[in-house]
Amino acid sequence: MSDKRQKRIRLCFLLLAVSVLLLGALNLVTGSTSIGAGELWRALFSGERDSSAGRILWNIRLPRLLASAVLGGALAVSGFLLQTFFANPIAGPFVLGISSGAKLTVALAMIACLGRGVVMNSWGMIGAAFLGALLVMGFVLLAAGRTRGMARLIVCGVMIGYICSAVTDFAVTFADDSNIVNLHYWSMGSFAGVSWDALGTASLAVFLSLAFCVLLIKPMTAWQLGEGYAKSMGVDLRRFRVAIIGLSSLLSACVTAFAGPISFVGIAVPQLMKLLFKTAKPAVMLPACFLGGAGFCLGCDLLARTLFAPTELAIGSVTAIFGAPVVIWMLLHRDREARL
Amino acid sequence: MSELLYTDKLSVGYGEKTVVRDIALAAKPGQVLCLIGPNGAGKSTLLKTLMGALSPTGGAVYLDGRELRAYHERELARVSSAVLTTRPEPELMTAAEVVAVGRYPYTGRLGIPTEEDRRIVRETMVKVGVSQLADADFSLLSDGQRQRVLLARALCQQPRLLILDEPTSFLDIHHKLDFLQLIRELVGGGGLAVIMSMHELELAQRFADTLLCIRDGRVDRVGSPEEVFSGSYIEQLYDIENGSYDALAGTAEAPRVEGKLRVFVIGGGGSGIPLYRKLRRLGIPFAAGVLPENDLDLPTARALAAVVITDRANETVSAEKVNEALKVLKTCEHVVCTTGFGSVNLENRRLLDCAKAHNMLVSADEFK
Repeated sequence: MSDKRQKRIRLCFLLLAVSVLLLGALNLVTGSTSIGAGELWRALFSGERDSSAGRILWNIRLPRLLASAVLGGALAVSGFLLQTFFANPIAGPFVLGISSGAKLTVALAMIACLGRGVVMNSWGMIGAAFLGALLVMGFVLLAAGRTRGMARLIVCGVMIGYICSAVTDFAVTFADDSNIVNLHYWSMGSFAGVSWDALGTASLAVFLSLAFCVLLIKPMTAWQLGEGYAKSMGVDLRRFRVAIIGLSSLLSACVTAFAGPISFVGIAVPQLMKLLFKTAKPAVMLPACFLGGAGFCLGCDLLARTLFAPTELAIGSVTAIFGAPVVIWMLLHRDREARL
Repeated sequence: MSELLYTDKLSVGYGEKTVVRDIALAAKPGQVLCLIGPNGAGKSTLLKTLMGALSPTGGAVYLDGRELRAYHERELARVSSAVLTTRPEPELMTAAEVVAVGRYPYTGRLGIPTEEDRRIVRETMVKVGVSQLADADFSLLSDGQRQRVLLARALCQQPRLLILDEPTSFLDIHHKLDFLQLIRELVGGGGLAVIMSMHELELAQRFADTLLCIRDGRVDRVGSPEEVFSGSYIEQLYDIENGSYDALAGTAEAPRVEGKLRVFVIGGGGSGIPLYRKLRRLGIPFAAGVLPENDLDLPTARALAAVVITDRANETVSAEKVNEALKVLKTCEHVVCTTGFGSVNLENRRLLDCAKAHNMLVSADEFK
């Protein structure tokens, strides 16, 4: 790789890191209750949680912004894995119906637990979401096996997503009244309700998954030349498939379990990162997508909270407003790749 | 010279279905083995089996004395590499990055290239003549450039066996020749064995050491180009009924037009060939003569003319044959003369004189 490209990549990483930090800081200082920066600073570094500033900081803003960053990053990485696996620039956990599948199983599990008066723990949530994600992924893979057309793959995914959403709506509608508020809130998508406990679990799952993703960098590079070439170079295709499907499902399951379905981050962020870095090398894209997803969700959550404060927007609406145009732009500008 | 790869009663196919059975082939270092045969004969299936992507449906493949299935994937990728018919469309990858992927079987778990890996990538790109494309976007390259980059990628695996599945199919004639010449140079080093499939018979004839003909689910013939391209074997191999293939000249012709003769062509020395083909295209039945048996015009005239009057090779055209030709000429409507006259074909001049006398002579451009 030439020095110019190396330099560009380093510069982009710097830019991304600074943006994430900046957006994080903005998320920290803005909110429905205005607190002075000095007061926040003291609360942050003294670790003092009893004052009103401390409570808002430690119980509300900090877990929320960390959740946006970690889960946003996970979603973008999941999208990158799916795009690489399907060699399709508009694949992503949401369009392929994986998020909706996870949402369905989590909703069913929550209703079942709440009905018995049990509160589901974080790992249970992730497990339920992972199961749903894998079920939908199975359907999508069956569909992908039957058709080589990438457009059909996406249509299949979107349809499965609708079915899952519809069933989720039924389930929510017929759940006990007391459960509805909680469920309804979650099924709209939000980073608000993530507790420190949930955040810890989610982060553990996400960072473990990312560690395994690092091991996929090498086979993904070979896979980018196509299945035949990957096989001829000695990639263990079966293991690779299981790993990439499992990890992308797990990453998007983590997000859905704690923040509900969040659309378009998985498609748009990897695309934006490819544009920014001018490469699709997995070794660059993996960290880039994580940072990019974190920044994107921090920015979107900031807007969701502040745009019509005190009314909060659903995070999914904001990510769609910024993410969907990226997808449309891409479809219009990538005609030369006749694969779509 | 010992074989690098050989097969023993090999049958290839998909699942339960065998496509080609009982294959015995051998690839030697320093040689090009070329598979030819009709579409769907099983050339690609055989190549996939030889590269280990498909399991044999029977028999076995031996590479360097060991059965192919005993190889670990990584180990195999260090001995054999391939250029496939699939057209990779990697997103935003430079040519150098595509070539570097070939180091896969050598790099560690994270795929980080060492200085040695980088050097091999650089040197291979120079060897294949694509070093100036290093930073170019692979998906924007021309077909000829892509194929060379993919070849460089395959060579980066430092293989002893290189398998190429129709490597020249997408290329224009200039790049076909360039590519095959490059393969010959690589093989010339003596260490590399090449197995490839091709549809361009005339090129297979010129660039392969051994040809393996696959037809009707079996190996129909194996031999040197001289052995395979003899007589009408190629027409038989490809079941050519609609036209003809001249194995020596490597040219294919459409079937001749029969019917009442309309044109007589006085040709010779290759001068008549364009007109024969034009008349065939226009569907006009014609006669040609008098041509010595070793005349350059003759293969094409034989393939396309309804009637050809010939005379012995290396001799001057005889009066007797010209008289025979005159009879044919008089049944035609027009006569075209594409040749000049010298000592060998002087007698043919009488044909021209007769045509002039009967006002039958026209120029080749008259036919449209």
